[in-house]
Amino acid sequence: MNPSELLDCVTSVSCLVTQTTTGLIIGALLFLVAAGLTLIFGVLGVVNFAHGSLYMLGAYLALTVFRATDSFLAAALGAGLGVALFAVVFERLFMRRVYGTDVLMQLLVCYAFILILDDVVKIVWGGEFLSMGMPEAFQSPPFFVGGGVVPVFYLFLMVVAVAIALLLWWVLGYTKIGKIVRAAAQNATMTSALGINTNLVYAGVFACGGLLAGLAGALAAPVRSMSPGMGFSILIESFIVTVIGGMGSVSGALVGALLIGLVRSFGSIGFPLFVEGAMFAAMVLILVLKPSGLLGREPRP
Amino acid sequence: MNGNEVREQGRRKLIKGAGAAVALAGIGAPAIVRGQNKPIRIAMPTILSGRVATLGLSSRNAVMMEVERINAAGGLAGRPIEMVIRDSKGQPQEAARVARELMNSEGCEILLDAEASSGGFAVHEVARDLGVLCIHTNSETSSLTADPKLHSPLVFRCARQGIHDSIVGGAYAAQVAREKKLSKWMTCSPDYAYGRDTTAEFIQYLKHFHKDAEITGEVWPKLFQPDYSEVITRLIQGKPQAIYSCLWGGDLSSFIDQGNIYAMFKDRQFFAVNMADYTVLTKVKNVPENLHSGTRYLRSFPNTPTNNAWGDAYFKRFGELPTNWSWQNAAAMEFLAQAAAKAQSTDPKKLAETLAGLTIDSHFGQNGKLTLRESDHTLVDYAAGWGVLTNKEPYMSNPVPGDWKQIAELEAEWKKSKGFA
Repeated sequence: MNPSELLDCVTSVSCLVTQTTTGLIIGALLFLVAAGLTLIFGVLGVVNFAHGSLYMLGAYLALTVFRATDSFLAAALGAGLGVALFAVVFERLFMRRVYGTDVLMQLLVCYAFILILDDVVKIVWGGEFLSMGMPEAFQSPPFFVGGGVVPVFYLFLMVVAVAIALLLWWVLGYTKIGKIVRAAAQNATMTSALGINTNLVYAGVFACGGLLAGLAGALAAPVRSMSPGMGFSILIESFIVTVIGGMGSVSGALVGALLIGLVRSFGSIGFPLFVEGAMFAAMVLILVLKPSGLLGREPRP
Repeated sequence: MNGNEVREQGRRKLIKGAGAAVALAGIGAPAIVRGQNKPIRIAMPTILSGRVATLGLSSRNAVMMEVERINAAGGLAGRPIEMVIRDSKGQPQEAARVARELMNSEGCEILLDAEASSGGFAVHEVARDLGVLCIHTNSETSSLTADPKLHSPLVFRCARQGIHDSIVGGAYAAQVAREKKLSKWMTCSPDYAYGRDTTAEFIQYLKHFHKDAEITGEVWPKLFQPDYSEVITRLIQGKPQAIYSCLWGGDLSSFIDQGNIYAMFKDRQFFAVNMADYTVLTKVKNVPENLHSGTRYLRSFPNTPTNNAWGDAYFKRFGELPTNWSWQNAAAMEFLAQAAAKAQSTDPKKLAETLAGLTIDSHFGQNGKLTLRESDHTLVDYAAGWGVLTNKEPYMSNPVPGDWKQIAELEAEWKKSKGFA
């Protein structure tokens, strides 16, 4: 424990800027993955354990498109849309058969896909780790704000995450599509009785979750090496985020992701050997004090 | 019974005996010939799946290349080699199980342990328990052969050692530190036994050669951590003049990519012992300036025609460049071939007696020779150096070779300090 270093950091502008932006950066990427996970759970009541694999698929698709086009925009769009398409196929052919079944059955289907996708990645892209490298547009020196360092690419990443958070908030809260999604989440049978094709809603939600995971993979590709199985670690962190924020709550995912990001960032200064532990401790604390999560709905009696 | 009958019986016995002898010779001689030409099966547990699979596959590739060459030249003392290679998935218990099964049930006579350190120690115990000839080819943990409690007359290590690399790295880093007036250091290594031990040994020898070196902070990211943002900003806050790291593979690649966007390497020296391996060198797009590394395997170090040719032949055959694990496994096979030729036998005990202290000509040697040191059955005199890296061939223009006399002296002191000698 280094409490004095932590105190020095929060009283120094440069350290405060660097660590805060770092926390927001970590949180931004986590939010993109966790938002898809929590959206699928909120509407379909299914915990998509294969969500990390969708993130991995996004990273690899982005690499392929980037190598072919040399455009990061095309890579991000290709990855997002490609994974969304895959998610629809995954939902229509497999996941829909296990809705309402035992959670163990859902886990088995997802786990099978984790293994299959890992092997597919090995066959298509090889077992070695791969690296995309930073696109030329982002190879500029970082900004210095109050002596703190803010990398250009991470600034872009934060802008994308904020834009997506706002878009989700607007679509889910203020549009007809959002109303239908919320209705399907509340009572799918009644929504169906009103003449709404709930199958389409489910497929659409899965596609949206896949799009977010694929996009997150694409945004991570320039700075994180890719290897089969890379989705596992982000899946664990995303679960922590969704549990802290509240399962099914997109705004909760945002709060949870930023909280985890800041714990990691300032924890590396104040308690460097307990950063991982601190994340789990925060999760346990919230589960004890508010079992439904920070912004999760209390289960109806 | 008269005398004639006795002589007659004696003659019959003689004829029968001679006949039997001729018959036995007819049956037995080919059996002996067949025994000499019977393939010798060598067990090889290694990591063929999971995150470290690249290294295991590169070990297998190198071994198969050498086996073809040795078999074409007549095999091990006339016996063709047949490799039995199994995947341990990087799990020590699986490595031990596979090794035991191959030796007990698959008719293998020699154990080539191509496991990383964790699996290597498990296989080591199997080899000692079964009393079989074993060569470790990938474990770099020094105690495996330095600790006399672990010694076995039939077990050898044909791989670089952490303590050797630390001495060479410490001497090189101290020289750079003196030239560039570096005193404030921070370290960033993976948080497990290899990362902790290797970093501690590097610091020990850095301070040994440069008394002014001061470690102002340490960060220990998890193994396979995807995001290093908080680690990088912690390093930036510490304002060190130099950073040491023994991150490796994809972790090192991610760390450099993420460090670059924070401009962490600007005006700062970075010492990454595991960078000069083609698996990383060919992946990192923007190699920072002032990046120093130990020579894991470079076809340009030693820059000899035979080493260049071996690297090129490997590339031609497998479409990728060899790794540090590749050369170690290739060297182990060459040691076996030369020991068998010298002993004129494949008997494990005779081979072990010949291997102990054996020196062979090899392009992997610092000066064209490799030795399996008699006292502790470990490899010495291999190419070990450090230098500044660039992002294109030959990647390291002016490597500084380690001094094997100095390594031996300091290693002996280290052994004493650890109670190993």
